[in-house]
Amino acid sequence: MKVKGRSKKVGNRLSFRLVKDNISRKIMIVCTSIIFLLFISFVVLLVLKSNLVISKYSIKELLFSSFWEPENHKYGFFSATFGTFIVTVFSMIMAIPISILAAVYIAEYSPNKLRRYLSSFIDVLAGIPSVVFGLCMLLGFVPIFSVLLKKWFQIETTGMCLFTASITLTVMVFPIIVSLTVESLRALPVELREISLSLGSTKWQMIKKTLFKAAGPGIISAILLGFGRALGETMAVAMVIGSKNNIPTSLFASGQTLPSLIISSFGEMMSVPEEQSALIFVALTLFVLVTVSNIIAKVVNNKLKKRWRY
Amino acid sequence: MQENNGIVIRNLNIYYKNNSKNDFTALHNINLDIPKNQITAIMGPSGSGKTTLLKSLNRLHSINNGVKVNGQVIIDGEDIYHPMHLLPELRRKVGLISQKPIPLPTSIYENVAYGPKIHNRLNRKESDAIVEKTLKKVNLWEEVKERLNQPAADLSVGQQQRLSIARAISINPDILLCDEITSALDPISSEKVEHLLLSLKEEYTIVLVSHMLRQVKRLGDYVIFLYMGKVIEQGNMGELFNSPRNKITQQYIKGVIS
Repeated sequence: MKVKGRSKKVGNRLSFRLVKDNISRKIMIVCTSIIFLLFISFVVLLVLKSNLVISKYSIKELLFSSFWEPENHKYGFFSATFGTFIVTVFSMIMAIPISILAAVYIAEYSPNKLRRYLSSFIDVLAGIPSVVFGLCMLLGFVPIFSVLLKKWFQIETTGMCLFTASITLTVMVFPIIVSLTVESLRALPVELREISLSLGSTKWQMIKKTLFKAAGPGIISAILLGFGRALGETMAVAMVIGSKNNIPTSLFASGQTLPSLIISSFGEMMSVPEEQSALIFVALTLFVLVTVSNIIAKVVNNKLKKRWRY
Repeated sequence: MQENNGIVIRNLNIYYKNNSKNDFTALHNINLDIPKNQITAIMGPSGSGKTTLLKSLNRLHSINNGVKVNGQVIIDGEDIYHPMHLLPELRRKVGLISQKPIPLPTSIYENVAYGPKIHNRLNRKESDAIVEKTLKKVNLWEEVKERLNQPAADLSVGQQQRLSIARAISINPDILLCDEITSALDPISSEKVEHLLLSLKEEYTIVLVSHMLRQVKRLGDYVIFLYMGKVIEQGNMGELFNSPRNKITQQYIKGVIS
């Protein structure tokens, strides 16, 4: 018996719908592939452009020497990498506990009405441009801070230092972590709370032992997003860090981060191809750092997700 | 106080605060004596206040904002709505098994040990013993003893519900509240859970919410019929099903209203 592949009765209307379905799927594929194209083209561009400096100097010297003196053809930016590390880690150490506890209050303790107000307020905070944060810290915090340090600890400083940069980042990262953590706590089923409470746990035990695990992957994503922002934040940091290219001796010394190094040398770099290339290599390093830390966090997150399923 | 060592409810009213000015009254003037070591089944159509009544017995509904309660619920001679009453202590005595068998986000072992560890400092040996004893009681031990450290979410839904029961009885409560605990289960798992409940009533006072009449008949010793937030009728199972006095109860049992 002959089997027809397709019924002849498919009307015009149906075939038109099928064509539309087909076309829309293809458009979506094209849109999605933009993501990959962008990623790849960034990598290619950064590698090509930093080729000049890589071919002239050893990568080891660029990465691990801390003499950034373009006029003497020295492009070691270890101090900036080190500064980035210190500033990011220190700001996260401050931001994580504060943000998570604030988020727990908003999500679990505050009355409904207050929660709505607080949440929208936090979202507004998250949307404030970083330059505004930088300016506020520069004009508000820095002068007071330098006076206090002198008075209490006899430390002579301008107030523009790694610590100030860390505080700035803490303030900026705070609304992001709070907002996402609140969201992931609110998304948990009410039964989880009921189960834990009906076993006689106090509210804090319930939060600590049950909700933190169940919302764990979401909270880690929130922290990660905050971390990413802290790692890459440019303007606000550049305004308060003091921009000195040497290994800082203390938290209260001026320093540099990778993004602030790029932005503070940006004006000059156009004219000298070698410096331009060196700065792009700095950018490439930052790019790799961000990508690697994202991948690590994703892997950790997936592991925890498997463990903490409910 | 009466002889009854179960639960005594007097003039209990529960309101939910709406955004509008009128509060919604979920329970009107409830008076009940729930007998000890029996299965008391609360039946009634959706929205009749069954779950609210159940959760009012260990004050779980208070985790939602805007719930107002007046009246008395007396357990062990103490009014649980007295301002001095300690919630964790109440809930240690009155456990809840919820409708959806949601495991805590941890291993099978820790799901059972969770409650005991909250209330006592236990060493590994003690908690091992509790976990084994409890899982045996709910007939889950043989199925899971090889994989106690795996996530509880890997169990089948029926196993998860038995695990929920194990978790609830791990702290030796006096009273078990069961909120439609078979509604998410397949027939075979339901049957297992029902058998389990029957075997547990020796030790615990069980209060069960169900919308399935047949289940109420199979399990209930004492039956309460709720309708629109009021107790329409209560009595022993046989009596209430064979000769219901109230017209609404008759209609409900016949399936005219549901």
